[in-house]
Amino acid sequence: MLKPKHFFLLPALITLAAIILFPLIFTVRVSFSSWDVFQAGLDFIGGRNYVRLFEDTRFWESLLRLSGMSFITVTLQYVLGFALALAVWKNITGGRVFRVLFLVPMMTTPVVMSVIWRTVFHESLGPANDLLSMIGIGPVPWLSSASGAFISVVIVEVWQWTPFMFLLLLAGLVSLPREPYLAAAIDGASPTRTFWQVTFPLMAPISIGAIIIRLIEASKIMDTVYVMTSGGPGTATETPSYYIYIRGLRDFQVGYSAALSLAYLVLMIITLTIIAKLLMRFLVGKDD
Amino acid sequence: MKNKFIGSISAITILATGILSPTFASADDYTKHGIDADLPGTCNYAAIDAKDYSGKTLDIITHAIPVIGEPTALHAKQFAELTGAEVDIVHVPFGDLFQRIMIPFQSGQNAYDVLFYASLWIGDFNRFLAPVPEAYTSSSGMSDVTDSFKGVATWNGQMIQYPMDGDRHYLKYRTDVFENPEMQTLFKKATGRDLSVPATWEEYNEVAKIFSGFDWDGDGEENFGSAEVAKRDDLMFSAFISRAAPYAKHPDVGGGFFFDIETMEPLINTPGFVRGLELFVEAQQSFPPGGTNFGLGDEIFSFGGGQTLMSYSWDDAFIQAQQEDSRIRNSVGAAPLPGAKEVWNRKTGQWDSFDEPNRAPYMTWGWSSAVSKASKNQEMAFDFLCFFSNEANTFHDLQIGRFGVNPYRDSHFDSAFWQGLGWDTDVADSYVTTLSEMELSANRVYDLRVPGVGQFMSSMANGVAEAMAGQKSAQEALDGVAKEWSDIVDRIGADRLRDAYANVVRLEDNEG
Repeated sequence: MLKPKHFFLLPALITLAAIILFPLIFTVRVSFSSWDVFQAGLDFIGGRNYVRLFEDTRFWESLLRLSGMSFITVTLQYVLGFALALAVWKNITGGRVFRVLFLVPMMTTPVVMSVIWRTVFHESLGPANDLLSMIGIGPVPWLSSASGAFISVVIVEVWQWTPFMFLLLLAGLVSLPREPYLAAAIDGASPTRTFWQVTFPLMAPISIGAIIIRLIEASKIMDTVYVMTSGGPGTATETPSYYIYIRGLRDFQVGYSAALSLAYLVLMIITLTIIAKLLMRFLVGKDD
Repeated sequence: MKNKFIGSISAITILATGILSPTFASADDYTKHGIDADLPGTCNYAAIDAKDYSGKTLDIITHAIPVIGEPTALHAKQFAELTGAEVDIVHVPFGDLFQRIMIPFQSGQNAYDVLFYASLWIGDFNRFLAPVPEAYTSSSGMSDVTDSFKGVATWNGQMIQYPMDGDRHYLKYRTDVFENPEMQTLFKKATGRDLSVPATWEEYNEVAKIFSGFDWDGDGEENFGSAEVAKRDDLMFSAFISRAAPYAKHPDVGGGFFFDIETMEPLINTPGFVRGLELFVEAQQSFPPGGTNFGLGDEIFSFGGGQTLMSYSWDDAFIQAQQEDSRIRNSVGAAPLPGAKEVWNRKTGQWDSFDEPNRAPYMTWGWSSAVSKASKNQEMAFDFLCFFSNEANTFHDLQIGRFGVNPYRDSHFDSAFWQGLGWDTDVADSYVTTLSEMELSANRVYDLRVPGVGQFMSSMANGVAEAMAGQKSAQEALDGVAKEWSDIVDRIGADRLRDAYANVVRLEDNEG
């Protein structure tokens, strides 16, 4: 039974429908059409786009590449972020300055930073090879070899998003109870043992949250690849987001790119759910 | 000097156009708009000044500043001041330009009256564009446009793009090195032959290889042989077309360069293209460090900045090298793209040998403009484009490298004009001769101006990039491209593509 108070929910419901449900439903509809550069409109071609997707090796290869890239970047971000958070957790001289400094990369615009990093890695004119040459290394093919380009993208991702991990983990550390540490100190536990048996387990829930959030973000990597490598050399750094961008906005294959986007969304939801469950099981010891 | 230069421009224009517009420069002073002087022409300042578009708004979409975006903004401001019109401009980065134009077209919106875009998109945009009215096709400026660029603006016999730029790929090289006896000796010792401007791509690769990895200009920095646009999604497809053209475009075989127009079978994996790609892959050893990731901007600064001996692509690197503050100013020359002595004959399925290298000038895509069919201000829109490209504005824009406006009229191929900018006679002569001779070639190659050109070029760029990165052999990579092209043909429809491709084949086969 509708009551007047229910109408107060309408603005929120309308907003929800407009910005989430409509685009999603529209994308589903578009994915069953042949909307392309030569044919605009919502005809119905059944699941032809999805069949094509299963045969699209470039898409599946980009997914595999993204898995490796995400695993490496998020692991490095977690380890470095945790280390930095531990470093400024206790009251150290200049702690506030360090906290602000650590956050600077995260607050910069990814496209702008990618342009700057591309300049840094420029093999003829960039400072990276200049500095390395002073110690007799190089020139390193940062962006012109497959492995170099992959590593370059990883470096930029780690540089830009480690502060995010640092911020979440520092917030977690600050909110930890003091009693377990007092008990560990009374028992004479070493700092290493205190970390592994007190800090790390207590931080497990927030660690899982931070890792999942970063995995979601890492799976959408686009601007860094777009600016630094355009997915190359060859297809060495092509990620699904960049590939969908090419198919959708460069090639204007609107129907097919909608199918790619939805398939990618479903795959990400399934994969991240499984990863979250596994992390909960191994780090916290329970499934939920 | 400046007055002499202006006088020279006026004389060139009058002589070259051969048509004097009824409207001459009036007594009004138009120099306040930043030009040296108003020049005779159908849409000169005086003629446009006589128009009144007060209360009307002209919506324009164009590229980001500076390339084409800056002259658009400049001439829009002048147009608004002269006519009283309000002009709204949207500047869009190149990567977004296609979809920003296409989405309103497809959804039936009348978003923009005037559009500036890459001329090869005509295959996708043609059904949304208004034909250029006779009053403008017979204008003084238009009668001076070269036949090839009129052809680029024409679709099914009707002009639907308004020419305002001319582009082609040609070879640029360092004359100070090629003419240096010490370098000539070094080359002869290494190869046993005299150093000369490369006439084939094999020679190009050989020269580039010899002049890579040492400081041949004495500035203390290592130099390299070749700067090329090799970054996958940064116009590399055009570089590949330049390299493959002389091997795949047989002067005696018509009926399609990218496709056999009769069957719409892709020719992209035929031996001519494969040979071009193999040489492209081989050339990487002569690139500067990071050269395989060079976009157009990197190529411009590598050659224009004196790092590399040779380059080829659009005008920009040459213009950059000829800037007043360039340390290699007047040490560069222009020449036709290298050719091939072995050319694949797809009719006989054999390689044909040529004593003189086969040349296949690539009239690559450049900027073009058009008026939307849905525009309610078509007269004002065409007046704007006619004004944008009037004689005074065009000569002004040609002098500013970053504007991206390159020669497209017969009057632009006058060495005296470029010498007036401080170019040495030899440099100016080599430039205008190279460009004007391309207009005379009967074996030119044009872009694949068909619906879905973005899909075809994106697929080709990916295949070429795979070969360049060593992920696949040249043949395997192009076989993959051919498979993708066949799929695209199936999706778009062979008949639809054939009808569109006929426009390209007519140009290539010199059938008007």
